[in-house]
Amino acid sequence: MAANQENSFNHLVFKAQAVRKQMNTNLRDQVVKDIYQRAEEIAAKAVALPDTRNDLDRKIDNIVTSRIWGYPLMFALLSLVFWLTITGANYPSQLLSNVLFGFQEQLTGFFRWAGAPAWLHGVLVLGLYRCLAWVVSVMLPPMAIFFPLFTFLEDLGYLPRVAFNLDKLFKKAGAHGKQILTMCMGFGCNAAGIIACRIIESPRERLIAILTNNFVPCNGRFPTLIAMAAVFMGALAAGTNSFAAAGVVAGVVLIGIAVTLLVSRILSKTLLKGVPSTFTLELPPYRMPKIGTLLIRSILDRTIFVLMRAVVVAAPAGVITWILANVTIGDMSIVARLAGWLDGFGRIIGLDGYILLAFLLGLPANEIVVPILIMCYLAQGTMLELDSIEALRQLLLNNGWTWLTALNMILFSLLHFPCATTLLTVRKETQSTKWTVLAALIPTGAAIAVCFLVAQIVRALGLV
Amino acid sequence: MGLTTQSTGIYAFVEEMHQDPNFNTDAVIALAGNPNTGKSTVFNGLTGLNQHTGNWPGKTVVLAKGIYEHRGKKITLVDLPGTYSLLANSADEQVARDFICFGNPDATVVVADATCLERNLNLVLQVMEITPKTILCLNLIDEAKRKAIRIDRNGLERLLGIPVVPTVARDKGGLAELENTIHEVALGKRQMNPRQTIYHQAIEEALRELQAELEEVLQGKLNSRWVALRLLDGDSSIIDEIRRYLITSTTQVGKEV
Repeated sequence: MAANQENSFNHLVFKAQAVRKQMNTNLRDQVVKDIYQRAEEIAAKAVALPDTRNDLDRKIDNIVTSRIWGYPLMFALLSLVFWLTITGANYPSQLLSNVLFGFQEQLTGFFRWAGAPAWLHGVLVLGLYRCLAWVVSVMLPPMAIFFPLFTFLEDLGYLPRVAFNLDKLFKKAGAHGKQILTMCMGFGCNAAGIIACRIIESPRERLIAILTNNFVPCNGRFPTLIAMAAVFMGALAAGTNSFAAAGVVAGVVLIGIAVTLLVSRILSKTLLKGVPSTFTLELPPYRMPKIGTLLIRSILDRTIFVLMRAVVVAAPAGVITWILANVTIGDMSIVARLAGWLDGFGRIIGLDGYILLAFLLGLPANEIVVPILIMCYLAQGTMLELDSIEALRQLLLNNGWTWLTALNMILFSLLHFPCATTLLTVRKETQSTKWTVLAALIPTGAAIAVCFLVAQIVRALGLV
Repeated sequence: MGLTTQSTGIYAFVEEMHQDPNFNTDAVIALAGNPNTGKSTVFNGLTGLNQHTGNWPGKTVVLAKGIYEHRGKKITLVDLPGTYSLLANSADEQVARDFICFGNPDATVVVADATCLERNLNLVLQVMEITPKTILCLNLIDEAKRKAIRIDRNGLERLLGIPVVPTVARDKGGLAELENTIHEVALGKRQMNPRQTIYHQAIEEALRELQAELEEVLQGKLNSRWVALRLLDGDSSIIDEIRRYLITSTTQVGKEV
């Protein structure tokens, strides 16, 4: 029965093939044309449009996507978002850290009262709790400001305009214009950005977008970038200036986009050859977002989600780092030993062994790189109250940092290998170990190359 | 049994949906629509928090499923990926098309943006070709009004031959009527007679040559006009999928007997 039916079906497939060959028209084009025409006819009969359709939208679009104003406006908006994030987060960050580190005193008191051994206090309070406190106090406020702002731009309908503006650049790099939309998701989380690459139909361009998504700094790296930007600007000029720091962060994002374009171009000329496919980009009407929904969604779906992820990773990382920093082999702690091995290479690219170690230990999540680094530095020297950027800068300066170290830390953080979650996502999306390995190697190569060049040039010019 | 036709792709998904006790419902409704039409808002408005997402096996597209109750009937709503067409240029379009075509939904709701209806109608017309049980949900009708766009609902229903329901999903406006319409269409209480797109004369002649014979083979399982179009189009991926579906559904019927 089934076989019989299959035979008659196959027969019809052949027959259709023969009929198609006799036809003069290109069937698919004609079908699409006829459907569009009917849609047009129905709309003409059933829809009455006003004379000045989307008049305001169009006027806004003429400015937002214009040749002259498009790019400056994008940069200005980006800087504004970062400035609001940096200035807005300062106070609640300090408040949170006062509360959380104040509680650490209480915990310490409790452990003493209970007569707990020093190592237990070290692992749980100085390791686990302190790392958690750092992650929460440093990450939560900027995220709680950045995500709603970003969601606002998204809901408003501005992001498709950004894609429209950058479309030509991506075409020239042999990539798909929709890649910019996946990069926008990457600002929130690179793993989410890589999943968003599904919107790109062509497998070649999708792979390019997946492999380069990491060059957009994700939310886990923003706190690092913001803190380092403040340190960097503070090292150049006395006192921290939130305007300048916001400018630095916006500049870092631009560097990330430039590297994305460059690497996309290289990939499309070498490993992933081909021509970019065309697509129609819809510019949806501007919509005033519903602020209530926007806040709930961006706080619940994004902020809390990312924070929980960071907390889950930070807890064991804090424990491990404390153990590594406090268990000694011979006369040195394990951390010091590992950092010692990495130090030579670190210095060449303008960093140091501890920074590289922090990046390696931070593989599970980028959020914990700076906390790990601070723990490493603290474990070997004096204890410091780390309740402000100023205190952080002092600690770093005490450990031999210059503005070049801060700059290269920013660049390395922007360009280095993605976090473990992102790599797992790449593996899942590409179903290929080869591309997953490349997704780690390409950024790491770029990070090392850029940091090396910057360090050598700055040193050759005698700027440090 | 490993990788058989029944354990992969759409069949596994449909199977999973039927086996999942939570989704043993009275009707399955597909929710299609262009991106940016508020499709997810309609989905959330109907199902509330009663939803979960699942990966379609073998595909990298995530589908959300949700349940709601209406007049004592449990209805499963499947949120398809937002697409501009069903001509399957991307994984998203393929998943949407396959579900509407082979997932046997009891009705398919196409959510359209009332402020740019013309562009949205392309998808509506393509869905109507696959299944007669199509409902057009005119979302963002408040925005259209604000922009002084007037839509003749009755005229639209007449021209398309399917029910048209205006909604303002983010304020839950019109969702009650949408539920009623879904109920009527899905449970067969409403005669559906969509007006099909008439193509260029040469195509219509070719279709006539195939349709009669196809009807015998399809036995009402799929729309013969749509299958004839696919055969003429010659896209082998969908033709293989249709063949697979025919064989699978035949053996399944055999088992039940």
